[in-house]
Amino acid sequence: MKTTSIMIVGVGGQGSLLASKLLGQLLVDEGYDVKVSEVHGMSQRGGSVVTYVRYGDKVYSPIVTEGEADYIISFEKLEAARYAAFLKTDGQMVVNTQEIDPMPVIIGAATYPTDVLDELKQKGLNIDDFDALTPAVEAGSSKAVNIVLMGRFAKYVDIPYERWIAAIEKAVKPKFVEMNKRAFELGYRS
Amino acid sequence: MKKLLIGNQAVAMGLYHGGLGLASSYPGTPSTEITEFLAMNDDIHTEWAPNEKVAMEVAFGASLAGMRSTCAMKHVGLNVAADPLFTLSYTGVNGGMVVCVADDPAMHSSQNEQDSRHYAIAAKVPMLEPADSAEAYAFARSAFELSEKYDTPVLLRMCTRIAHSQSIVELGEREAADVKPYEKNPGKYIMMPGNAKKRHPVVEDRTAALAEAANDCIYNTVEMAADGKIGIITSGCSYLYVKEVMGDKASILKIGMPNPLPEKLIRDFAAKVEKLYVIEELDPVIENFVRSLGIEVTGKELFSPIGEFSQQTIAAAFGLEAPASISADSAVPGRPPMMCAGCPHRGMFYTLAKNKITVLGDIGCYTLGAVPPLNALDSTLCMGASISGLHGFNKARGEEAEGKTVAVIGDSTFMHSGMTGLVNVAYNATNSTVIILDNSITGMTGHQQNPTTGYNIKGDPAAKVDLEALCRALGIARVRVVDPYDLKACETAIKEELAAREPSVIISRRPCVLLKSVKTKPALVIDPDKCKSCKRCMSLGCPAISMHGGKARIDATLCVGCGVCKQLCAFDAISE
Repeated sequence: MKTTSIMIVGVGGQGSLLASKLLGQLLVDEGYDVKVSEVHGMSQRGGSVVTYVRYGDKVYSPIVTEGEADYIISFEKLEAARYAAFLKTDGQMVVNTQEIDPMPVIIGAATYPTDVLDELKQKGLNIDDFDALTPAVEAGSSKAVNIVLMGRFAKYVDIPYERWIAAIEKAVKPKFVEMNKRAFELGYRS
Repeated sequence: MKKLLIGNQAVAMGLYHGGLGLASSYPGTPSTEITEFLAMNDDIHTEWAPNEKVAMEVAFGASLAGMRSTCAMKHVGLNVAADPLFTLSYTGVNGGMVVCVADDPAMHSSQNEQDSRHYAIAAKVPMLEPADSAEAYAFARSAFELSEKYDTPVLLRMCTRIAHSQSIVELGEREAADVKPYEKNPGKYIMMPGNAKKRHPVVEDRTAALAEAANDCIYNTVEMAADGKIGIITSGCSYLYVKEVMGDKASILKIGMPNPLPEKLIRDFAAKVEKLYVIEELDPVIENFVRSLGIEVTGKELFSPIGEFSQQTIAAAFGLEAPASISADSAVPGRPPMMCAGCPHRGMFYTLAKNKITVLGDIGCYTLGAVPPLNALDSTLCMGASISGLHGFNKARGEEAEGKTVAVIGDSTFMHSGMTGLVNVAYNATNSTVIILDNSITGMTGHQQNPTTGYNIKGDPAAKVDLEALCRALGIARVRVVDPYDLKACETAIKEELAAREPSVIISRRPCVLLKSVKTKPALVIDPDKCKSCKRCMSLGCPAISMHGGKARIDATLCVGCGVCKQLCAFDAISE
């Protein structure tokens, strides 16, 4: 099987770590060779963060380069635009439409490109954008945005629903399991 | 048992299963998790040392006593620990000793991108370099045997991509960690000239023996392609990118032990291929060695010594087409890292910037005081350089500088190597003002305890350095503490200490807002009717405040109610 490449992008502190942990463990359990790569340290302080997840029969490189990603899961709109060039031209993006202003926008040195997803859609990229924050809050916490997004993403990959639920039960602390299962379902059914 | 582990956890498991008894380290991205994972084991001793030199010397002591030991650090940490390393090469070990060093090509979280392999060559110690977590586990585990067999410390080189990438590892069981007997051996362990002169030939003989053994080292592997045209010598993550692009279309010599390099193996490999390449990140270490053998090779003319590689780097160098992609024409603003909402450093930096103070900075979260809109820093060099640099700056420019220049340094960095600089300020007498940004944790590397926090690596209570008493003991009579959330107090302290005709220390004390023990307050709100759009609150560079429809607004999900912006508002528009 050819290697499949996924990118999880967002803003430091949005919880992409749990999403990649969940996804990595699930893919290992499915019997694939898996590599997950992220960068810790300074960039996490509110900066743009990216995690690469790759799986297949045998995976060599832990990173994804431009035009290589089969899927991009973006926790924030601007970050989706930043990494759009990494998506295969026929790849699929799942985007939370939440907007978080970066410092250049906050201090007025730049403007937030609010319509950028429409522009990318017009250019032919497959973008599934939706508000993941509202279902997360409905599930019990704004922090569950990551799992809502994973639920939405799960619709695009060929792994049964119950396998995802089993992976959530393994990846999440017991007291948060129910909330995260709800968040996943809300994303999946949305 | 198959597990998905980051490289650093695999190193920790390898060391632990290899019979490790003691680990002493100073945190540094991307090496920190090695020691954090080791600390989860209660049957070994683990600790955060005040700096890398101390850590390596602690590991030496344990090795001398017969225990297998390790210390882990980032590439620049090895500069700090270079002194013990070079002579440890002469003494050799009793219990096996592994020095883990993590390079940071592309400088994700570092101030330079130096190549640690030069240290292995210069100190004449063997170095292993894994390419994924499975190798990290295997190499770390067997490094102790290598160390004891050749009586030498062993360097284990990681890089950001290997350290922070997860891949599948098949874990074994822990080896018994028996402590070897200790016997006094002055000729081996007392490195005074008479003894060291006798040890140097031992080091040279050892290097020759290791170089010979490198030809059969199981970590140097050859994969021959069917046609034998292209031959690539590579190592670490570069190997992964080469395999990704070339598959089995090129012959590959993968170097798992970059020092010493295997001459015979390289000669044999080079003889079997038509065109030879060396693909390695950072400096041309392997390439220079290959050239020194008189072998023609292509390397840095195609593969830059700057930054990280990727599969794209390799593909482009071999003229392969890049995959198609689509990007936005709209400008996508950058998202640089920044100080968190409620960060206690912000109030102090705001005050320094407002008063146009020259600020010599240091290494930590507070390096982010350099970014807009605060732009509060003038220099950042290395751990501890703020204080010693300030002293030199003030000596050079005299009274004029002393009245408007400060050093800022974090609590952990002060423990690491700021203390000695402060001794120098007192001893060699400048009227320097040093600000210790005491947020009660080692912040940037992800919240490690340090000697000022009162807790050890396990989170158990430990001896706590009294910073005020320490500064006084080092010769500074003027020591005062301020709360950086109180802008008036910050300004008064800075003005008074800069005016004082003697050296002084301001301890800017408030715990990191991300600490679980810190209770935050409800978010503040801005009354749009009272807001006059003066943007004074915006000058703080707080991620929770932004302008909407010409009025400032506070993001309730980010704001922790620190109240610093409230002190700035002249129109009383900000309230609880």
